[in-house]
Amino acid sequence: MTTTPLSTTSSRARPARSLRTRLARLPGILVTALTLVLALAWVFPLYWALITSFKPENDTVSNPPTLWPQTFDLGAYTYIFQNSPIVRWYLNSIVSSVAITVLVLLLSMLCAYALSQIDFQGRRWLYWLILAGFMIPFQASLIPLFIFVNQLGLVNNYMGLILPQLAAPLAVVIYKQFFDQIPPELADAARIDGASEWRVLFGIFLPLNWSITFSLGIVTFIAAWNNFLWPFIVMNDTSKLTIPVGITQVQSAYGVAYAKTMATAVTAAVPTIVAYLLFQRRVTEGVMATAGLKG
Amino acid sequence: MLNTVPPTRQEQPAPSRQAQVRKRLMTALLLVAPFTLVYLVFLIYPTLRVIQLSFTNADLLGAGTFTGLQNYIKLFHEPTFWTALLNTVYFILLTAVPNTLLGLGLAMLVLRLRRLRNLVLAAFFMPFVLPVSVVTNVWNWVLDSNFGLVNFVTGSNITWFQDPVWALPSVAFVTIWWTVGFNVLLFIAGLQSISAEIYEAAALDGASGWRLFWSITWPNLWPVTSLILLLQLIAQFKIFDQIYLLTQGGPFDKTLVLLLYSYREGFQQQHGGYASTIGVVLMVVILLVSAIQIRVLNRGDRA
Repeated sequence: MTTTPLSTTSSRARPARSLRTRLARLPGILVTALTLVLALAWVFPLYWALITSFKPENDTVSNPPTLWPQTFDLGAYTYIFQNSPIVRWYLNSIVSSVAITVLVLLLSMLCAYALSQIDFQGRRWLYWLILAGFMIPFQASLIPLFIFVNQLGLVNNYMGLILPQLAAPLAVVIYKQFFDQIPPELADAARIDGASEWRVLFGIFLPLNWSITFSLGIVTFIAAWNNFLWPFIVMNDTSKLTIPVGITQVQSAYGVAYAKTMATAVTAAVPTIVAYLLFQRRVTEGVMATAGLKG
Repeated sequence: MLNTVPPTRQEQPAPSRQAQVRKRLMTALLLVAPFTLVYLVFLIYPTLRVIQLSFTNADLLGAGTFTGLQNYIKLFHEPTFWTALLNTVYFILLTAVPNTLLGLGLAMLVLRLRRLRNLVLAAFFMPFVLPVSVVTNVWNWVLDSNFGLVNFVTGSNITWFQDPVWALPSVAFVTIWWTVGFNVLLFIAGLQSISAEIYEAAALDGASGWRLFWSITWPNLWPVTSLILLLQLIAQFKIFDQIYLLTQGGPFDKTLVLLLYSYREGFQQQHGGYASTIGVVLMVVILLVSAIQIRVLNRGDRA
């Protein structure tokens, strides 16, 4: 199982070259131009949202629309920061997403280590139970989940927001696959030297798997930040919303005020876009792993 | 580095073996307990409970009383349910196959590039990392009937998300824009794993263009294609967020889908039992689709 990024390694680029020679019979420059135009068209709505957020509200409905703000205006941003709990929602999102990421990684790692390296009764049975979780759509049992969380008194509570999001079997399975690759002699030798299982996990297995841990961490963080349905169901107080849920409230409150709506959208999107741009390779690696295709 | 560790494990004292096994079991249980507990309590238990609730008249707070098959009988006689089911299937037709084919096409275009490859891939993948509400806000603006860019450029005055004919296709289009980058990524990995030698051999035999695509690329890519179709099908059966944010199921239930129907019945009408029945139907459909697709996928693997 290699963890090389998909598009950069030279040995892996060879099939691409033959694809290229194949398509070279087509007018190559035209195809390249078409690709670039498509790519520009694809990101254009994001560009449009961004520059709209820097326009004064009146200019957003100007006819014809302008591709660049005629007057560069931060009014929409100052308005939303002063007149909505967006900072609070931001904090809620950061705290819950970071907590979910750390806990998912930790819990999955512990469980996967035992499944992979310790021979105990019932381990095969437990692994099958966890694999079965892949097939289960949590959305289908939204009602009993809500009733249960409500009975625990965790509606409108960060525990109620976070705990159900930890019940994801994916990271366990990925960690187990990676741990299975490590020769058992390594753990045995450490055990003979007197190391506990915890020492073996955190001293040997984790350092050997920093790369996938980091990729999984980024992908988990983005997914937690973007999660909509469960936060939308379980958090009702305006002050307790996460930002993707919160911004849907602002929109209706403003009426047709697109500069402000786009300013909130841009603000909510910044962390995931920055995370993606900074860690592009990690994100794609994590996505490949979670899709079951280990790059 | 791995080879430097000497394989010495012969000096285990025999008498304490049983104690060792017990200690190992305790350690293992301690390690698996946190995840397993959360998993059983917040995923497995609600999944079993939804089946039980579907046979009751529970509200949103509690148990309700057993009503047998009443919810199921009512559901199958309810025109709204069939509307929601048909809309869901229509939405899947509008998204799953186009999203897969577009993903393949874009992947092939991206792979042709040399210098700009990562940049162009990023352009297609970027929307995928956005929260759904950001996506819907952006497209509400671009497709606004009065001041939106699309209607300005095309000169139309369609109210995209409120039009009975256009509403569901519009949501499908937004969904494809949002998620196709994921498919592009998987297809690129799939295309790169086809060895160059096969292409070279076929090219020597005089094959070219479409011939190469149909006899080499497509069959070799089938496992990936099949996986993507499966992921698409399952994801689109659970469609909720975009619909709720863009159309709320309107106009006239033209975009009402299964999960939204369940949400309405459960959280807005307080019909917990009935909403659970819809949930069970959804779950059964998804399990069936997975089972069928996994068989197809395995067959593709063997080919």
